Amino acid sequence: MKALWEGRIGLIWSGLLLAAVLALPWYKGGATLASALAEGVAGRVWLLPLVGAALALALLALLSRDWRIHPAGAALVGAGLGWLLLQGFGIGLRGPALPGLGLLFPTALEGQPGFGWGAWLAGIALIGALAEVLAARGFCRGERFAAFAIIGIVSALSLFVFFPIVKLMSAAFVGPDGTLALTPFLTRITASDLWSLGCLTGSGRCGVVINSLVLGILSAALATALGLALALLVARTDFRMKRLLRAISILPIITPPFVVGVAILVLFGRTGLVTVEVAEWFGVRPTRWIYGLPGILLAQVLAFAPVTFLVLLAALEAINPTLEEASTTLGAKPVTTFRTVTWPLLRPALAAAFLLAFIESLADFGNPIVLGGSYDVLSTKIFFAVVGAQYDLGQAATLSVLLLTLTIAAFWVQTRWLGRGSYVTVTGKSDAGLVAPVPGLIKWAAVAAVVPFVLFTVGIYAIVLMGGFVKDIARMDMAPTFGHLWTAFSFEFNERGIQLFGSAWNSMITTLWVSALSAPLTMAVGILTAWLIARQDFTGKRAFEFGTLLSFAIPGTVVGVSYIAAFNVPPIDITGTMAILVICFVFRNLPVGMRAGIAALAQIDRSMEEASQTMGAGGGRVLRDVVLPLIRPAIFTALVYSFVTAMTAVSAVIFLVSARHNMATAYIMGRVENGEYALAIAYSTVLMLVMVACVAAMNGLVGKRKLGRRSTVTGTPHPAE
Amino acid sequence: MTKRFALIGATALALMPIGAFAQPKELVLYCSVNEEWCRAQSEAFMRETGINVLMTRKSSGETYAQIKAEEGQPRGDVWWGGTGDPHLQAAQEGLTEEYQSPMLSELQPWATAQAETSGYKTVGIYAGALGFGYNSTLVTENPPACWADLLDERYAEDIQVANPNSSGTAYTMLATMVQLMGEDEAFAYLAKLHANINQYTKSGSAPIRAAATGESAIGIVFMHDAVAETVSGAPIVTVAPCEGTGYEVGSMSLIKGGPNPEAAKMWYDWALSAAAQEIGATAKSYQVPSNTSASTPPEAPKLADIKLIDYDFAKYGSSDTRAALLSRWDAEIGALPK
Repeated sequence: MKALWEGRIGLIWSGLLLAAVLALPWYKGGATLASALAEGVAGRVWLLPLVGAALALALLALLSRDWRIHPAGAALVGAGLGWLLLQGFGIGLRGPALPGLGLLFPTALEGQPGFGWGAWLAGIALIGALAEVLAARGFCRGERFAAFAIIGIVSALSLFVFFPIVKLMSAAFVGPDGTLALTPFLTRITASDLWSLGCLTGSGRCGVVINSLVLGILSAALATALGLALALLVARTDFRMKRLLRAISILPIITPPFVVGVAILVLFGRTGLVTVEVAEWFGVRPTRWIYGLPGILLAQVLAFAPVTFLVLLAALEAINPTLEEASTTLGAKPVTTFRTVTWPLLRPALAAAFLLAFIESLADFGNPIVLGGSYDVLSTKIFFAVVGAQYDLGQAATLSVLLLTLTIAAFWVQTRWLGRGSYVTVTGKSDAGLVAPVPGLIKWAAVAAVVPFVLFTVGIYAIVLMGGFVKDIARMDMAPTFGHLWTAFSFEFNERGIQLFGSAWNSMITTLWVSALSAPLTMAVGILTAWLIARQDFTGKRAFEFGTLLSFAIPGTVVGVSYIAAFNVPPIDITGTMAILVICFVFRNLPVGMRAGIAALAQIDRSMEEASQTMGAGGGRVLRDVVLPLIRPAIFTALVYSFVTAMTAVSAVIFLVSARHNMATAYIMGRVENGEYALAIAYSTVLMLVMVACVAAMNGLVGKRKLGRRSTVTGTPHPAE
Repeated sequence: MTKRFALIGATALALMPIGAFAQPKELVLYCSVNEEWCRAQSEAFMRETGINVLMTRKSSGETYAQIKAEEGQPRGDVWWGGTGDPHLQAAQEGLTEEYQSPMLSELQPWATAQAETSGYKTVGIYAGALGFGYNSTLVTENPPACWADLLDERYAEDIQVANPNSSGTAYTMLATMVQLMGEDEAFAYLAKLHANINQYTKSGSAPIRAAATGESAIGIVFMHDAVAETVSGAPIVTVAPCEGTGYEVGSMSLIKGGPNPEAAKMWYDWALSAAAQEIGATAKSYQVPSNTSASTPPEAPKLADIKLIDYDFAKYGSSDTRAALLSRWDAEIGALPK
């Protein structure tokens, strides 16, 4: 009985495959009846083997007792999948990419468009069938749901993470004449505008790589120092404004890019409030000092300090107080205790915080583009190579490879650093000691660093809140107005129904759609991945885990460029669609959901799942009925994070937006570039309100885990923006 | 569980109408004039026809690059506005469609000349002269009146102009200097001017906005952009350089193979009508319209009062000249230390 039922489930894939090749348009934009069969008969004969494989598989599934263990089943699935990819990549839009295919199929010279519904579904069906075949042969201990999940996620990762990166790397070696060679890459990578040290010797300007590194190191060092001051104040003193500090640390996460940059210009630009005031004070001429390194540094420290704060706070709170107490009991002065006990224990967290900020600084795009002036960094240079007038994908790819190398190196150092030495202080033994207050000197130093930060942040956000609703904040014309909001979001009821005239509607609607679609998808894939890693044993698990993390390490600009390189030509021709935006977010944010899921699963004993399994539930059922209800907080984290990122991320999407599907951040960037600060700020305020409302709604929807326990606060990492 | 799905369903339903009222017909517009004008023009067209306009504003150089990059499968329908040179280049490279609008007879001779030069693949929609504007609170004594005055040390790090790679405005300036002084002298001038430039912006009109807010003292732009800032209350004085200056014929082209060809032609004919061309002035764009019966806004700089050079659109709009000038600019100006 059970075997027959399982066989039927397996039939679904075969049926789907048949439908995909017989009934659905095979190509992108094809007519409804232009299925693989019809196209094959009409001349694209290379599609016929696929139709044949689909029919043979259906026949086998109906006739044999179990097609999954039949050798012919495995052969058909493997051959079908292989041929699908070979013909797709082998025959491009304007003819065969592989000369052999041209000889074999003369009609291939006319080329073929990208995959349509039929081709996509055929791929999914073949992957599903492959999972069945493997599971029947003992993969994942025969657990069919897990096998499908693993094969599915691995295929998706290969297609949407690895393939674009490989494509990008090869684009770096393509010369201006379109041929593949080493010389163009070497010429580009050794160019003096990348490595020049001119600014240090005073003989010109520095290369972009040097600029990026200088900015990254300075910004990470300052942000870590400030984060440490914040963490010490919150964890180890009786400082009054702890709640305020925690609240401020959340702000950067929901702040759309560019807004802080614009607010800094309003304050410190040449005609900024502060600049003018200070210049008058000292009787000097106001300058453009903020444009370039000082401005970017200021904005980045402001944005990254909360991140380092959360990392360091977690570390400080995890230090077992008995160690410090022992030191004090033995007669050490507070300063000595801090220097010899607390500080050494904090070192790994400091390194982690520094590297995190360094990586974020390298990947940051929004601040350099607003405040950079003529201070070029890698991320902006990549952007201009692609969207500027000299569309030069080779140059962009080369710079992306450089940026990726730097980022991966930093990640590697981070894991190496954290791997060394023992910093374990939380053990099973009692940790009922009292935390040592920080020495007075350090406390006052921390206060001196934190108070300006708080004032500054409050000032920046005051500008942001006001700027959208006064006439022209850049010129200090403070007459209140809703004009900017109306420019962005005007609408009208007339004989055509409701008509939206505001120029921001298009981007706002797309952004909402993309966020609403990508958040649940990201959550689902992330939690599923977490469950696979934490609960399933399968071959290649380490590689699988590494692969999911890789998408986390790739800077957004690099992802954007790699998607352009990979997906603007058939077979996977999805640039300019909404799908590419959703896919981009799902795979960039996947590791966040995964990490949260793994952490949550680690706290839950396997016995409950095993009990469920013993009672006869399959893998999918256990996941749905037992695991998911227990890890609600992780689900919530993943949902909120991916939703918010989809609304605020800019570095990857800026390459992927189109006139048809524009995103809020890309629209805001255009306004900032054009000096329409007020409009940009007004729109950003609306975005922030929408985010807060949506997060609140999600909180109501998903809610907290209903256990009689305290909820734990877990810091979540950010992907390199 | 069921309740949650019901909630998700409700949310999806709430989002539905947003997607549903997209008109059956739409038009993808690449717009290269000022954002405000782009908005006003799209809105007027939407009101008139009910066709939903999906508009992106990008500099003309960028739009040209985008249309070229999308050549295999064009995603835009109409490229409206922006200096004529990149339009001519696109026409020469076959990126745009030939179309003789019935409205051609209503146009100024300089607008039809643009169409004839390109084999009717583009047409003039407005004209405007190049110049610069200065912030009168920052430049109080002895204000600049000529191109040569901009080399004054007083303006060190105080002048902005766009990057000619991305901006048609800046390319017009480059071509104007070459025609005014000769190529080598023009590059020598630009190299000297480089010392006074604080930033090469991406968008052509951004420099005057920076001058209006005082972030910079002088912006080299089309004069109508400078006038627009004065009209909105900024202390900007517009200057027509004494040595003479070049001008643009802002153009419009149909993108070859665009997704909505019918809507595109509707836009094209409509955009050449007098009524449609008078919208610019309401959006603070004071170019001279190409339709003879459209009224020229009183604020518009009078072309007759400006010493205009005999701008060679055919030569400086051609791919070869453009590519040669831009690569020389990259090598000799863009690479200079800052």
